[in-house]
Amino acid sequence: MWQTPSKPQSNHITERGKPMIEAVGLTKRYGRTVAVDDLSFTVQPGRVTGFLGPNGAGKSTTMRMILGLDRPTAGRVLIDGKPYAELDRPLQTVGALLDAKWVHPNRSARAHLRWLAKSNGLPNKRVDAVLEAVGLTQVAGKNAGGFSLGMSQRLGIAAALLGDPKVLLFDEPVNGLDPEGILWIRTFMQNLAAEGRTVLVSSHLLSEMALTASELIVIGRGKLITQSSTQEFIDGATGNSVLVRSPQLFKLGPLLVDKGFTVRDGADGALSVSGATSDQIGDIAAANGVVLHELSPQRGSLEEAFMQLTGDAVEYHAEIGK
Amino acid sequence: MTLLAVERIKLFSTRSPYWCSALALVLGVGLTAIIAASTDNGQLSLGVTQFGSSQLALSVVLVMAALAVTTEYRFSTIRATFLAVPNRTSALVAKTVVVAFIAGVLGEIIAFGSVGMAKLLSPASDLAINTSGEWRHVAGVGLLYGIGAIIAIAVGILVRQTAGAVAILLVWNMLLEGLIGIIPKAGVKIQAWLPFMNANHFLQLGGDNAAEQAGAGIDFKLSQWGSLGYFAGIAVALLVVALIVAKRRDA
Repeated sequence: MWQTPSKPQSNHITERGKPMIEAVGLTKRYGRTVAVDDLSFTVQPGRVTGFLGPNGAGKSTTMRMILGLDRPTAGRVLIDGKPYAELDRPLQTVGALLDAKWVHPNRSARAHLRWLAKSNGLPNKRVDAVLEAVGLTQVAGKNAGGFSLGMSQRLGIAAALLGDPKVLLFDEPVNGLDPEGILWIRTFMQNLAAEGRTVLVSSHLLSEMALTASELIVIGRGKLITQSSTQEFIDGATGNSVLVRSPQLFKLGPLLVDKGFTVRDGADGALSVSGATSDQIGDIAAANGVVLHELSPQRGSLEEAFMQLTGDAVEYHAEIGK
Repeated sequence: MTLLAVERIKLFSTRSPYWCSALALVLGVGLTAIIAASTDNGQLSLGVTQFGSSQLALSVVLVMAALAVTTEYRFSTIRATFLAVPNRTSALVAKTVVVAFIAGVLGEIIAFGSVGMAKLLSPASDLAINTSGEWRHVAGVGLLYGIGAIIAIAVGILVRQTAGAVAILLVWNMLLEGLIGIIPKAGVKIQAWLPFMNANHFLQLGGDNAAEQAGAGIDFKLSQWGSLGYFAGIAVALLVVALIVAKRRDA
């Protein structure tokens, strides 16, 4: 049912293509509290970009500023080169799900989508199409107030998809969902990105982002910590280490240090070597006649990487502006 | 036009406008029925047929109009609205036009319904609408409702909470403006410039029951149509303030 985006993003090609969302020096202050602090990032089409940060890091505030709901104290954010407020029929460019509960509880799901469609010049058959796409056709006439969280979330996604937009924003879409719902949303977002759309999804769930997003924007206390691919993020933050067990560590240890690798004592008398691959260590051991009992590469988890980077940037207060 | 259609869909896809309209109708026409039933046949005058519509039912219409905005804030559908229509001023003006129009139509139905009810219960009374003053007294109720709805929406946008907005509107309309008359000497002079007092002045029929009608005893400086213009001016000014505030603050 989705058309492929009509124009390929070929003009102004930089190495990574033209960004669909571009934030420059975005800042939001509430009195003396700085919720978002000089945040700059870009979001590219054709992939799922994760917007990652602990609760209170400023993710929701940033998303509201992208959508023109909140006014930035400083800086700007452009979607496809324009501020949100200047988009003509914005639902046809940007679809957003910030909160699934943004519906009148006594209004039917269909009526909710109908007024949204009308406001952006979309035909009523789009309403039926998106209801079908999220599997809510059967309950379209029921009041949205009676929906479960999973159904509300689907209705919110239907609203986001209404204008067949090339940019999609989801704020914590899997919060509170059951595993089936989580899998459904994850697959849905990946399919949208595969169709060439720009998908920005925020989450504080690191494991979820590792499975969903190929690109990460990580923030803490309103500041940008890093923007990189998910793989680079994990590799770069934890560094890859290799666990070595051997009865002759007293001999192997100094040899590895001589080669310039970082050697630390691991658990159970093993060594944890960073900066070296298991191949290199195996070669060194063989060349020096060292017996090895274990040689296993340790891949850092996203959690470890995240904790390492945001350890001092966690906001312990109640989330601002949520 | 699109935005008007949007607001119409929104308004009529929830139940509260239907309930409020029904309640306003029952209270407005019902009060006239009680008055007519307790008055000797033939003694009823046109001047008493609009007590219900211009006082009791008006309050319900103010609540309905305020609810049209405050429920949007309550359920955050105002954010969905601003996402769909980033020009907040046009979105809110469209809502105001739709709600004020519906309030106006409802006002005409209640006003003429009240006259009809009075004729039915007191067939011997002279209830014919002949003079321009009599037309203004009955048909003017719709104008009153429409302008009142604008005030209610402005208050709703500014306060954003149902309880607060409803309390302000009811106290203002039903109590405050009347109580100011208690202030010695100055009270009556102030009342001559209060919006709902001027609204009542616009409706005044004069004649036999002039002393019983709302706003009696106040020395208004404006003509009756001038009073309506003044009432409308205050409503529009309040709405402009509300629109500026809505545009500036975070949704």
